Amino acid sequence: MILNGKARKFKQNDDINTDYIISGRYKFKIQDPNELAKHVMEDLDPDFATKRLEKGDFIVAGRNFGCGSSREQAPMSIKYAGVSAVIAKSFARIFYRNSFNLGLPAIEADTDSIDEGDEIEVDLNAGLIKNKTKNQELKIAPLPKTMQTLLADGGLVEHFKKHGGFKLG
Amino acid sequence: MSKTISEKILSNHSGVDARAGDIVVANLDFLMGQDGTSGVAIDSFRNMGAKAVFDGGKIAICIDHSAPSPNMGVSEIQKKIRGFTKDTKILLYDVGCGVCHQLIPEQGHVVPGDLVIGADSHTCTYGAINAFSTGVGSTDLAAGWISGKLWFKVPETFKFVINGRLPQGVYSKDLILSIIGDVTADGATYMAAEFVGTTIDELSVEARFTISNMAIEMGGKAGLMLADKKALDWICKHSKRKPNPVESDSHAKFANVKEYDASKFGPVVAKPHTVDNVSPVEDVAGTPVQQGFLGTCTNGRLEDMRIAASILKGKKVCGDSRLIIAPASREILKAMIKEGLYNLFIDAGGVIVTPGCGPCVGTQTGIPADGESVISTANRNFKGRMGNPNSFIYLASPATVAASVIEGKITDPRKFL
Repeated sequence: MILNGKARKFKQNDDINTDYIISGRYKFKIQDPNELAKHVMEDLDPDFATKRLEKGDFIVAGRNFGCGSSREQAPMSIKYAGVSAVIAKSFARIFYRNSFNLGLPAIEADTDSIDEGDEIEVDLNAGLIKNKTKNQELKIAPLPKTMQTLLADGGLVEHFKKHGGFKLG
Repeated sequence: MSKTISEKILSNHSGVDARAGDIVVANLDFLMGQDGTSGVAIDSFRNMGAKAVFDGGKIAICIDHSAPSPNMGVSEIQKKIRGFTKDTKILLYDVGCGVCHQLIPEQGHVVPGDLVIGADSHTCTYGAINAFSTGVGSTDLAAGWISGKLWFKVPETFKFVINGRLPQGVYSKDLILSIIGDVTADGATYMAAEFVGTTIDELSVEARFTISNMAIEMGGKAGLMLADKKALDWICKHSKRKPNPVESDSHAKFANVKEYDASKFGPVVAKPHTVDNVSPVEDVAGTPVQQGFLGTCTNGRLEDMRIAASILKGKKVCGDSRLIIAPASREILKAMIKEGLYNLFIDAGGVIVTPGCGPCVGTQTGIPADGESVISTANRNFKGRMGNPNSFIYLASPATVAASVIEGKITDPRKFL
């Protein structure tokens, strides 16, 4: 899987929690993922979904991305906003699972050298991030086999439809 | 070979010799969802093509996060949940029953040795009664509803040994906030926390829930404690099911061990906007607070109400502050009425809202204004958490919240003891 887009960073780099990704103000009352997506990251940057983000872009962050609540609406809002993957130094556990369950790659890499707006190419099979703006290559932490299976099937719903239960091998 | 509590419970439920790092598919004893996550789970369930759940008696949905419904969007989601619980014959705890993490243990659905999932991150709460319980997302929950199973990565264990007596005015909330301040918000990511030591032995089961509840705030997958006599007596009172206590072997492998002397702890506050931004209460004493909040799955239990009442007795909430109280369950509300705490809080100028999550998640009953500060017994102080990104949330014990609303500013509770 090869993904292309620009890096989108926030003033806050570490500990971006699920309340910031999609606020409780919206997630408790809105069911349409496309509506939720309009408010993604709103409390960190009110213009993010409406002005800054282009389809295919990557959210790039530091440590502990997605900490806090279990709300699947967090990776769902990111996915429906058109983000192709989240790249962070580390992820909180529940967000990480939820992302792959929805078919959104959560990629662990050292993100310090990536700046806002950098042109990024992610090659999941080769385990590489190419920063085309800076002409640099970054290694991706290898994806666990369970996550590869979920991603290949297109998420947990499709996995269950295909296999009639868990078949993670 | 020696095993931790997590390795034992996940081995027992998967039928394989599970070790930290292994991936296992395990049988679930109970599955919980709430009104903020179950709507998405119902969509996933239907998208998976399912018609029936594996066992309706082992599944509950609690309508607690926005209860009663504050707007039409929430009403539609709650209607969908009610219809689903009827169609699939699963348990429903509707508006007014209380917070999911109080109800599941209180109503006897979980016992020591159980494997439990909940579509709410604070599902780690039941670790206090020796169950491996953890938060998951909605689609994981839906997969569990259908199959009665879920895949788990067996976690490593971070052992916290806490010995000694907590000083007067210092509570289990201060203890867990101090630990989170020490290890930080991702200090135990993907690990099971195990809390042991004489301090834990001394605490009531209610006070223990406060600690396990916040394991997630340091990234923990579970917050486990032992099933001692106190815990087993508590479970006997609440559940007809047979407990299966589990403890780590003496040579079990721990990824990390930290020791604390409880006698050195003092009252603390987590400052905006992260839970690990912890300071002694003295450092922030005098900060004006316009609202106090007593409640939640962290500190909305009867013992918490009694502690706050002992400070508020015969006193008034300061004119510059308001006090909102959300009992964690209907049973707790009834006990508050019986013990006279309800009247005591009202006479002090407090407002008692529906048993449930109250204003914790910013959907209802107490959204702060721009620039306002709240002192709260909840577990999260993220920017915008209570519904306004331009407000400030300080986390503290019920005693510190009670003392602070009397003075209208953050106050050391020891002043009133």
